[in-house]
Amino acid sequence: MSPGILPLSGTIIDAHPVDYLILATYFVFVLGIGWLARRQVSDSVDFFLSGRSLPAWVTGLAFISANLGAVEIMGMSASGAEFGLPTVHYFWVGAIPAMLFLGVVMMPFYYGSKVRSVPEFMLRRFGPGAHLVNALSFALAQLLIAGVNLFLLGTIIRALLGWPLWVALLVAAAVVLSYITLGGLSAAIYNEVLQFFVIVAALGPLTLLGLHRVGGWEGLTEKITAAAGKGGAPPADQQLNSWPGQSLSGFDSPILSVIGIVFGLGFVLSFGYWTTNFVEVQRAMASDSISSARKTPIIGAFPKMFVPFITIVPGMIGAVLVSELADLKAGGTPSGGTGGEITYNDTLLYLMRDVLPNGLLGLAITGLLAAFMAGMAANISAFNTVFSYDLWGDYIVKGRADGYYLMVGRVATVGATIIAIFTAGLASNYSNIMSYLQVLFGFFNAPLFATFILGMFWKRMTATAGWVGLVAGTLSAVLVAYLSEDAFGSLSTGAIPVSGQGAAFLAASVAFVVDVTLSIVVSLVTEPKPAGSLKGLVYSETPREDLVDPNESRFPWYRRTIPLAVIALVMTIALNIAF
Amino acid sequence: MTDKSQHQSNHQPADDSVGVDSGGRAHKAGALDIRNVIGALLGIYGAILTLMGLVGDQELDKTGDVNANLWAGLALLVTAAIFLAWARLRPLQVPG
Repeated sequence: MSPGILPLSGTIIDAHPVDYLILATYFVFVLGIGWLARRQVSDSVDFFLSGRSLPAWVTGLAFISANLGAVEIMGMSASGAEFGLPTVHYFWVGAIPAMLFLGVVMMPFYYGSKVRSVPEFMLRRFGPGAHLVNALSFALAQLLIAGVNLFLLGTIIRALLGWPLWVALLVAAAVVLSYITLGGLSAAIYNEVLQFFVIVAALGPLTLLGLHRVGGWEGLTEKITAAAGKGGAPPADQQLNSWPGQSLSGFDSPILSVIGIVFGLGFVLSFGYWTTNFVEVQRAMASDSISSARKTPIIGAFPKMFVPFITIVPGMIGAVLVSELADLKAGGTPSGGTGGEITYNDTLLYLMRDVLPNGLLGLAITGLLAAFMAGMAANISAFNTVFSYDLWGDYIVKGRADGYYLMVGRVATVGATIIAIFTAGLASNYSNIMSYLQVLFGFFNAPLFATFILGMFWKRMTATAGWVGLVAGTLSAVLVAYLSEDAFGSLSTGAIPVSGQGAAFLAASVAFVVDVTLSIVVSLVTEPKPAGSLKGLVYSETPREDLVDPNESRFPWYRRTIPLAVIALVMTIALNIAF
Repeated sequence: MTDKSQHQSNHQPADDSVGVDSGGRAHKAGALDIRNVIGALLGIYGAILTLMGLVGDQELDKTGDVNANLWAGLALLVTAAIFLAWARLRPLQVPG
């Protein structure tokens, strides 16, 4: 029943008219929001930051939803299928603590200094050197990650219609482009909130039905135990307990594994990702007050805690319930419905095929398409902000009117979408997309976080140290990835015996340590900036009253930043103990 | 950074009227209130799935003998009703 113009050997998913009706309904809503938002776009601040007018629960959900794209849904279910429960570390160790830290400690600096992007913060704190390095690496990272989203979007279109991947990529790119140009961030944030509910409505039933099919949690553990250890799959106790997680980290020693996860993933990678990733921070900047901005990541932490149950658990179910995936995990090389080889990235699609009736299937397709579109749109809009203001506006054509940069932004959007088609090709070489993403984050976010945190709390840190640290950190992460067993695929030499996500953790940790060390050494031999220019940028030079919302003390406890953060932290610790 | 729109408001306006300070009167967000948008979309989906559960192919071999569309549809209708009721009971005031 393939309606494709280029029908191949058949489709993975057999969609009916009712499924397309559900998909079409979503697009009517999204385009409607875009059209309404477009009428409101009045100047460039509105376009990029939604005019700072949204309440905290909206930006909080958008904050999670901007990240609930490729990484979460396909990557986490792929990791869940391959490694089992240790994948939860990406949430309970690798996300929540950093999100709380962002809300409690870092957000006041972002919101208070009214910067439009993370590179702009670097400019004010360290001057042009660090700014240029950071803007370039951030723009590159966004293009690479947009490629990941586009690749996954393409795989869904391929599964649905049976088109070859490159045709699906072109179509997906065209759809995302029209989606972004219709409305800017205000529409993006509204769509992200909408999409959050669609995804939960789709993945919730998928998980429950899957669990029902395998005989509940007990049936799932029995089946995983029975299948474990064959063909290179990790032993059952490693798949069914989150700690020490050797299969995930790739370290043989449980102690090294815990250190790798806590320091590499929990501290360097996750703090680097959540506190400096402007795709996320931009959502909080769009809120209506400093109090809302701080609460944005903290409110987002609550749904984030429970996302593993609708992403990792279906992955684990898929690995035992779907015959092709069970074959893959036992060391086989099953071929897929569209002619290619099946990888763990396909887990969710196959589970949908086997479990969901038409109707719910349409909802699931809609949720996935929406998530990847929004994920890619978020990457592209972050790229576009950094490109038009931080690169074009500061280094190429300076001092033009606002409308000019808005136009540059729109051209950059088109260019970025075209480039993403090529970076999607890179992403398609990795069978577990999470490994690829962690490698990228290690290169870009880990050194950035080191420079950032040092610069924020140590006023002595100099401008030269800013850019030297960033460059050295990134280069050392690239070197470690090159020397590892597989972080660069076949290009890696294997001189350092770590593989899988452990290689990414190690690269990130090395980047962090190199960055901090060099920054301190360079700072001690160069001239610091005058203390007066650091107000609002360095903790010790910023008056306390600039960092808090004067209205916050009047709110009831459940609307205040710190009590919410404490509750979230306690709940996360409880989840870590329970699993 | 342009300074003309660095307004920090303690209101909770919806997505319209931002940056446009025309001095008009305050009004309710109405259809633009995201809670109404969420309620409408989930309501439509709930209705479609409930209908599929009642008259469509239940595909019990896939779901393990559960009428999945019906249950999911009803749950969506309830969620939609909650959002619509919330927007109706606590409407947002948009400064015009």
